[in-house]
Amino acid sequence: MSAQQAWGVRDLTVTFGDVVALDDVSVDVPDGQVVGLVGGDGAGKTTVLRALVGEVRAQRGSVHAPPASRIGYLPASSGSWAELSVRENVDFVGKSFGLRGPALAARSETLLERAGLTGARDRLARQLSGGMRRKLGFCLAVLAEPELLVLDEPSTGVDPVSRVELWRLVSEAAARGTAVVMSTTYLDEAERCAALVVLDDGHVLVSGPPDQALDAVTGTVTVTTSPTHPERAWRRGREHHEWWPPGERAHGQVVTPDLEDVVIAASLARRAGVPA
Amino acid sequence: MRAMVLKEFRELRRDRRTLAMIVFMPLLLLVIFGYAANFSVGSVATAVVGPHADQVAAALPDFFDVTTVDASRTAADAHDLVQRREVDVAFVADGAKARALVDGSNLFAAQAVVSVLNRMGDQVSVDVLFNPDLETSWVMIPAIIGLILTFIGTIVTSIGLVRERQTGTLEQLAVMPIRASTVILGKIAPYFLLAAFDMTVVTLLGVWLFGVPFNGNVAVFALGAAIFLFVVLGLGVFISTISQNAGQAIQAAFMMMLPQILLSGMIFPLDAMAAGVRWIAYGLPLTYFTMISQGVMLRGAPVDSLWLPLGALTLMALLIFTGAVLRFRRDLAPGRGHAAGRPAHHGDHVASQR
Repeated sequence: MSAQQAWGVRDLTVTFGDVVALDDVSVDVPDGQVVGLVGGDGAGKTTVLRALVGEVRAQRGSVHAPPASRIGYLPASSGSWAELSVRENVDFVGKSFGLRGPALAARSETLLERAGLTGARDRLARQLSGGMRRKLGFCLAVLAEPELLVLDEPSTGVDPVSRVELWRLVSEAAARGTAVVMSTTYLDEAERCAALVVLDDGHVLVSGPPDQALDAVTGTVTVTTSPTHPERAWRRGREHHEWWPPGERAHGQVVTPDLEDVVIAASLARRAGVPA
Repeated sequence: MRAMVLKEFRELRRDRRTLAMIVFMPLLLLVIFGYAANFSVGSVATAVVGPHADQVAAALPDFFDVTTVDASRTAADAHDLVQRREVDVAFVADGAKARALVDGSNLFAAQAVVSVLNRMGDQVSVDVLFNPDLETSWVMIPAIIGLILTFIGTIVTSIGLVRERQTGTLEQLAVMPIRASTVILGKIAPYFLLAAFDMTVVTLLGVWLFGVPFNGNVAVFALGAAIFLFVVLGLGVFISTISQNAGQAIQAAFMMMLPQILLSGMIFPLDAMAAGVRWIAYGLPLTYFTMISQGVMLRGAPVDSLWLPLGALTLMALLIFTGAVLRFRRDLAPGRGHAAGRPAHHGDHVASQR
């Protein structure tokens, strides 16, 4: 891959029957960076990831990914085999990727230690806690040192401590030069990505580095206790934030939108037909 | 209460498979028990050989469906005809008293023949071949071997494959650098070996505990069992492609196994079934394996006399196994091998062209 060209999908359209899951979506995943896919349920995050690993068929557009042997994938499910021990899981995946003997032993030793799973190596995967099992799934995904790491909501359902540990592992993989793309529903995680893509109903709402994304909101966001248009307002603690389209006079105190505001405001703007 | 009943009906309406089972299973059982559940054999295929063949053939009651009358053939030929299952009984008319060689491996037909001949008095001496005491276990055990293979091949294999789908690891296997054929073969090889082990154990126990003879060639038996295993493993793989969970897989496997148990000739004799039901039986793999296992174990049937069941099973294995594996392969990686509509920028890195 040349330095300019990143892994990713370009102008991708995917349909399932009559449902358009992705509509002209582009996501670039450069080497050494973590790209976050953000969006609600059904936004199309998983479809982008599955297209990247060859699990779904694209109607239009193109997918740019390394061969299967150089992709690491953590699906939304556990990502490990429940009836195999930690050691057996690592052994199976390692050998499937062509790792053997001392190389596999050394790599699995390092990874399990980094993930805090050394003491659990003889436990069955189904006996691990949710966080430990997710970390095992991550270890399996990065075992063969992939060029592209595809993670589907790696931290969903994981306790806060394990989330921090998982994020550390993700950051380390990126620091070694791996291109990482992950979906997440946690906006604090998304803000730590080098770039993020906000998806809504199969469309890209916002994309770019988080600081640029914060500037991408169209219209105005205000804070209020009693929203003028409840359908354009969302609760933030004891108050509500409300989005006002461009040209419409905003009521209430104008706030600088954070990522949550940007995601919701962009979604409302798209539904209102306001160009980004 | 009303809401609960309504909810149950709504769920049931969407569970097409259970609905089909509720509607079709009683019909299936009615047809099977109405037309197939019959132990009475109405007529038997008969050969008469020896110098007095014409006279003996003319004297036989209508129960004997005489297909061969040949004065030039000998007792050895008669034995051969029965061993190859070309007839159920062969009369040897070479002396003052005719001898009836009865195929004891076709239990109900043999029982009927013996009963008719006993009513004829001492005009004919009876020699029951391959199962002289007309033991039920001798006939059942070769068929039960097939049933065990069917059980492992369909239920256990389909559950094993569906579990992988249910836990999401099938998706993971699909994107790992393992060829789809390797995944499929790797998944079914253990079941093939387990079924082969079970078959060996059951065969040995049948011989040891029940005294079932093994008169034929082990290699022919193994060949038939291996082909049959491919058929039932294919059915197991197929079931896994139409099932989302273990419950559905068991349900589908049960619906495939029940007709085989009832119609394969294991319980009710094929000869006694109504013609329409018998043709269904001829579409079931267990019918042919039972022919092979009983033929080899009890009659010592040579391979060339088993060409029909071996050929039918081979055809089924090719169709079912290949079809099921292709379906499974399609499920494994729908995105592989399908380029997107627009060409990619750098071909060697395009996942959709792998």
